[in-house]
Amino acid sequence: MEGRLLGGVGAGLARHLRLDPVVVRLALMALSVGGIGVAVYVALYFFVPVDPEEREKGADGPDGRRRGRDLSQLVAYVGLAVGLGVLFLLFGGVFDPLLWFVVFGTLGGVILWQHANPSQRDEWMTSTVGGAGGKGIMRAIAGVLLVVVGVIGFLVFQEQLQNARAGLTFAFTVLAGIALIVAPWIIGLIRERDQERRERIRNAERAELAAHIHDSVLHTLTLIQRRAEDPREVQRLARVQERALRSWLYQRPADADTTVSPALERVAAEVEEEHGVPVEVVCVGDCPMDDGLAAMLRAAREAMVNASKYAGTKNISVFGEVDQEEVLVFVRDRGAGFDMDDIPEDRMGVRGSILGRMDRHGGSARIRTGPGEGTEVQLRMPRIPEA
Amino acid sequence: MRTPGRAGVPAAADMGRVHGVADQSTSFSDGGALPRVVIVDDHRLFRSGVRGELGEAVDVVGEAGDVDSAVHVIGEKQPDLVLLDVHLPGGGGVEVLRRVLAQHPQIRFLALSVSDAAEDVIGVVRGGARGYVTKTISGRELADAIVRVADGDAVFSPRLAGFVLDAFSATDAPPVDPELDRLTQREREVLRHIARGYAYKEVAKELFISVKTVETHVSSVLRKLQLSNRHELSRWATARRLV
Repeated sequence: MEGRLLGGVGAGLARHLRLDPVVVRLALMALSVGGIGVAVYVALYFFVPVDPEEREKGADGPDGRRRGRDLSQLVAYVGLAVGLGVLFLLFGGVFDPLLWFVVFGTLGGVILWQHANPSQRDEWMTSTVGGAGGKGIMRAIAGVLLVVVGVIGFLVFQEQLQNARAGLTFAFTVLAGIALIVAPWIIGLIRERDQERRERIRNAERAELAAHIHDSVLHTLTLIQRRAEDPREVQRLARVQERALRSWLYQRPADADTTVSPALERVAAEVEEEHGVPVEVVCVGDCPMDDGLAAMLRAAREAMVNASKYAGTKNISVFGEVDQEEVLVFVRDRGAGFDMDDIPEDRMGVRGSILGRMDRHGGSARIRTGPGEGTEVQLRMPRIPEA
Repeated sequence: MRTPGRAGVPAAADMGRVHGVADQSTSFSDGGALPRVVIVDDHRLFRSGVRGELGEAVDVVGEAGDVDSAVHVIGEKQPDLVLLDVHLPGGGGVEVLRRVLAQHPQIRFLALSVSDAAEDVIGVVRGGARGYVTKTISGRELADAIVRVADGDAVFSPRLAGFVLDAFSATDAPPVDPELDRLTQREREVLRHIARGYAYKEVAKELFISVKTVETHVSSVLRKLQLSNRHELSRWATARRLV
């Protein structure tokens, strides 16, 4: 809070009430003689939230709220102690009920006044957002109860309730009348506000959808029209777009970085995008990733790339299964196939990237193929038992 | 245009539908008669596309674009098989299944959809469809699937096989009815091969059994999928939005 002397309560209150800070500070000082001013100051300091703008400024600045807070917190605690001490002196001990009614009333007032703060009030009014609303209402009720108990108790113990009765009756009647007049208007206002909010959300959603369709689908359709003479490219574009749209429509809860099934699907999507051969993935079960499984996915990727490049097939089937003890991945194509014996010892592709890699990580790989019979790469990796 | 004698035995045909016992008099795989097909899809362009792709392999006797006209056309034409889109205006494919099967239990359905969502797949199969294929299927494969379903067998795409494996192993809860709520080891083996992309013939060769036995296993899995009333199945399907 700019221009604050202590905790910024004086200045903040002044701004809120649109008074000169000096007046507020003087008033607080005057109240402090009885001890109540200190209590009010402290309560406000803790209960009233810092203006969000101010908070940001404070965080950025070298001498932020944090630093200031440590010192002023100490002062505030001392102030609280002094204030309470003065109160006890005034009322002659902790057991004077009058003291407690004053404390109740003040506390209730502070709680209620919090809602005067716009950010707080917003939270309080937004009862549509679940728990926050209920809490706000509870707080308001608690505040009102505290104030009522405080006021009535104070009057009773001052033995002035009889005198105040006529005035109270009058005040209640007037208040009830005003409530009757104003309530429909307030309710209407709240409803209008809710509707506006809903409308705004709906519009935002529509705008997002339109933007998405524009950026992705329309863009791809344009590309397809321009590349119409290249069927392979057209198919690739359509597949990529389809995949993107599907994942957008049915947002998957699982994360491709943490569990196997989505990761396998992602690998397949990448290979498909790179090489233009459709890869169909079916997954059963799921489990968290670990090093062995990551190696297995790299081997599976190699198998898919090989199938895309050499099999000359129109599509590749990938099946991943998570068992109790192991994870299995099958990569299959119905393409040319090859003779394992014809593959030179030094060729890294199959031996290094698939067989060797699986061996090194404690798994195993099997390749079934033959000229003209298609190829199936079977990968097997034991699961690390969950601790 | 009615095939004589078929509409008169709904009970027997119904048993065939549920138990996968092929009715010998209506075997289309022998190449005798062409299966009579109605195509139900709300995209006209897609209907004509399918019609063109199927060519001479089947006899397309009608088309419909929404639930009400589908029920009407199917009732009128009494086809051997209905190619059914899952998403249809007026209640979806499941609604067509419900209304048609109540009156004509002998008619067989093959679901054809762009959707990969488990909810849709499991929903339409539990509604009575004997197979589920996605719209990316080639014309020849689709014709094969139609003949197979029209003959009373079940058609499982790799994806559907994956769903079923997942659904039946999704829970450790004790089955309500062990007969229906569990897959046998053999059925599981067959499904895993289908999920790996094997055709029925290849599965048979791999497992040293006949194609007929593979078909029997698949039909029995279909029956379990349709009749098991374990809540886990539907709950699993809703929980899992997409493969």
